[in-house]
Amino acid sequence: MNPSSDIFAIFENCLPSANILATVEKLRPYECDAFTAYKSLPLAVLLPESRQQVINIVKRCQRENIPIVTRGAGTGLSGGAHPITNGILLNLSKLNEIYELNPTLRYARVGPGVRNLAISDAAEEFGLYYAPDPSSQIACTIGGNIAENSGGVHCLKYGLTVHNLLEVTFISAHGEEITIGNHCYDYPGYDLPALMTGSEGMLGIIVEAKVRLLPIPQNKEIILAAFNSVEDAGAAVSSIIASGVIPAGLEMMDNAVIKATENFCHPGYPVDAAAILLCELDGYEQELQWEVEQIEQNCRRHKATSVSKAKNKSEQELFWKGRKSAFPAIGQLAPDYLCMDGTIPRKHLAHVLSQISELSQQYELPVANVFHAGDGNLHPLILYDANQENDLARAEQLGGKILELCVEVGGTITGEHGVGIEKLNQMCVQFERTELDQFERVKTAFDSNRLLNPDKVIPTLQRCAEFGAMHVHKGELPFKDLPRF
Amino acid sequence: MLDQDHTDSISTAIENAIETKTAVHITAGNSKSFYGNSCDAKPLDVSQHRGIIDYEPSELFITARCGTPLKEIESVLREQQQMLQFEPPHFGENSTIGGTVACGLSGPRRPYNGSVRDSVLGAHIVNGLGDYLRFGGQVMKNVAGYDVARLMSGALGTLGIIMQVSLKVIPMPAAEKTLCFECSRTEALQKMNRWTQMDVPITATYFEQNMLYVRVAGIESTLHSLKQTLGGEELVDDNDIWTEVREQQRAFFNDPAPLWRISIPEDTNHAALFDNCVIEWNGGLRWVKSNTSDNEIFSVAGAAGGHATLFRAEHKKTNCFQPLPPSLAKLHTDIKRAFDPHNFLNPGKMYS
Ligand SMILES: Cc1cc2nc3c(=O)[nH]c(=O)nc-3n(C[C@H](O)[C@H](O)[C@H](O)COP(=O)(O)OP(=O)(O)OC[C@H]3O[C@@H](n4cnc5c(N)ncnc54)[C@H](O)[C@@H]3O)c2cc1C
Repeated sequence: MNPSSDIFAIFENCLPSANILATVEKLRPYECDAFTAYKSLPLAVLLPESRQQVINIVKRCQRENIPIVTRGAGTGLSGGAHPITNGILLNLSKLNEIYELNPTLRYARVGPGVRNLAISDAAEEFGLYYAPDPSSQIACTIGGNIAENSGGVHCLKYGLTVHNLLEVTFISAHGEEITIGNHCYDYPGYDLPALMTGSEGMLGIIVEAKVRLLPIPQNKEIILAAFNSVEDAGAAVSSIIASGVIPAGLEMMDNAVIKATENFCHPGYPVDAAAILLCELDGYEQELQWEVEQIEQNCRRHKATSVSKAKNKSEQELFWKGRKSAFPAIGQLAPDYLCMDGTIPRKHLAHVLSQISELSQQYELPVANVFHAGDGNLHPLILYDANQENDLARAEQLGGKILELCVEVGGTITGEHGVGIEKLNQMCVQFERTELDQFERVKTAFDSNRLLNPDKVIPTLQRCAEFGAMHVHKGELPFKDLPRF
Repeated sequence: MLDQDHTDSISTAIENAIETKTAVHITAGNSKSFYGNSCDAKPLDVSQHRGIIDYEPSELFITARCGTPLKEIESVLREQQQMLQFEPPHFGENSTIGGTVACGLSGPRRPYNGSVRDSVLGAHIVNGLGDYLRFGGQVMKNVAGYDVARLMSGALGTLGIIMQVSLKVIPMPAAEKTLCFECSRTEALQKMNRWTQMDVPITATYFEQNMLYVRVAGIESTLHSLKQTLGGEELVDDNDIWTEVREQQRAFFNDPAPLWRISIPEDTNHAALFDNCVIEWNGGLRWVKSNTSDNEIFSVAGAAGGHATLFRAEHKKTNCFQPLPPSLAKLHTDIKRAFDPHNFLNPGKMYS
């Protein structure tokens, strides 16, 4: 495309011109998602109000060869919705209608811009809810959740987005509307809803989704256990799972996070504990009591210094409030943080956490840990100050080391936040070239002209070669000044 | 038979196939060879590639080579009070884990605990280019790259040979009991649809000939109170019913007419066409014996928002899966090409 051609002219027949943002002031809020380390402006932000407008835009972009980055609420933590300078940012927040709630078949049919929490709010009158609950659920959209296969504190028992998604309608890179899945227990052909989930906006633009609703659990208990060491807390997690109880949620916070959240919203956490576990159980009457006993026993066996059960609903909410505000609370400790997302086998929790604390000292940057312990999904938060020279580079190197450690112990570089632009280098560590090439061919099957979120998730051969070379010279990055994505 | 790593011989077989441009038909235990379209290609037996590679009860996963017998996996899990959440049908003595995942068939527990694909955590495959590839892993959460491992489930080997697979496992319930209700088909559908909206630990449902069977799970006191809540009579000798349902050993399945698997929304009113049937999965799975034409069955199932599969038939099957709309069919072709550009793996087994 000729860069000087008028963006309004290109898209004038696609959507109302009021829904095209192209001035620098209007583009500024879209310069990044919640991965704020890098910023750039797109050619324009388009805000379609209907599926037809999305189709018009995609066809237009296909003809003009303009790349498209789709964006939901922009709460992604890996730069999935990071704009591309020669492309448009397709913001789907206006497609936010709940089209249908079906209590008998227990599904909600929604537009991609519907917020995660809005689904549960709407389903509540039928005694139903949508289980995957990322901490960002007030803001993040179902389109973004599907694109990232988002999890939440309850996915240990109720699964990730992929387990709660029934059907997706997407607009292909060629502007075709395609529906995959259905609201039965299976569908003919390949499992395309699984392939679409977690594909980070690279395979299609999701314009509608049917998600599974579940009956709201009648009985719930929340247990808070404190420990003198992170190792003890980690061991308690493994033994809880081994005892045959699957808690609805099992979260862990280290001392830095306990203090920060206590300061931030006063949930009543023991500030002198080295680690706490927050365990939610739901279940059928007496069974629940039996499970509570199992949890209490397992925590005590692993030297919990205190174990308490929330006394009533408001105390339950308070316990959770601390966990859910962990990120903003940490945000107050340092001007910037990077949130890592590696997943490891639970049995390595203690080992990995102690390695992380060594790395933190080595790189001279504090790391706070708050994470989904039940499924081994770590969220080390690396605190830094972007205004300090080299801080970001050091934080990224430290983050990279943590992710490589996760791969080393048999885990993965990302459990729920996605690769985006952030973890491209670590993709070279986790996968062989032939595997990356297979991803590339899957991408081509959906998007032969590489229009949808190009250059994300799958690193190029050259990039992996350079990263390999970088590894050889530990620490000192070559081409320091080049943007690294 | 011994646990053995046959990666090399399988890789060589694929290299040969590529060199000589001869397609292969992947086989193992042959327990589910009736499933899917018939495939005229040179058989490639992968059943020797067997053995449990990794199983850690506290990590809730098991990793096994494709030829590992399903019954071996189930018995190893049972020793630790664990199980596969999808209660897979065996359909024969020699059923393997690779074939189970490739067919993507789940048993009675599926609506309540999840399907085969829900429990897939990772897979190693050999694609149609002969590349040995690893996707996913052994942890519950993993979004690095596309979810190719899950895509293998139900793909009937058309995208790659599943060399090994990691599956999530779950604790076995403390105990299970079966309740039965004498009622009409309509009443049974109503009951099942009502229960799905309640938070009750039901783990299987089956309706046949005016009798609805419901399996419930939990500790003794739970089972007792569930009987109060749901009603019904306790089935005293319930050892075999769920095995018989899963393995299609009930008398209903003896009828020689073609067996159709109809997957439709749970609350669908029962069509006259599907009169000769048994029902599972809250009404979402209906097994129908019928000589009606394929097209008519596909169209009735499709109109109800579901799909039909010609599951078992005496004759050779060429189009046993619900036809796909054109744009979706094209996407299937493109995906097949992305994994197996020369159509060497199970050609025609799923869609041609
Ligand atoms: C404070 C905080 C807490 C968080 N907690 C969690 C958590 O607990 N668990 C978790 O999993 N994540 C968490 N996240 C990450 C983030 O909220 C999720 O990844 C979320 O799903 C992103 O949704 P979004 O609407 O903001 O998507 P965006 O950030 O706008 O986009 C994310 C990706 O999805 C693609 N995309 C968006 N919409 C569509 C669509 N309609 N079609 C195709 N592609 C699309 C984008 O291109 C991009 O690649 C957290 C983030 C923050 C800031």
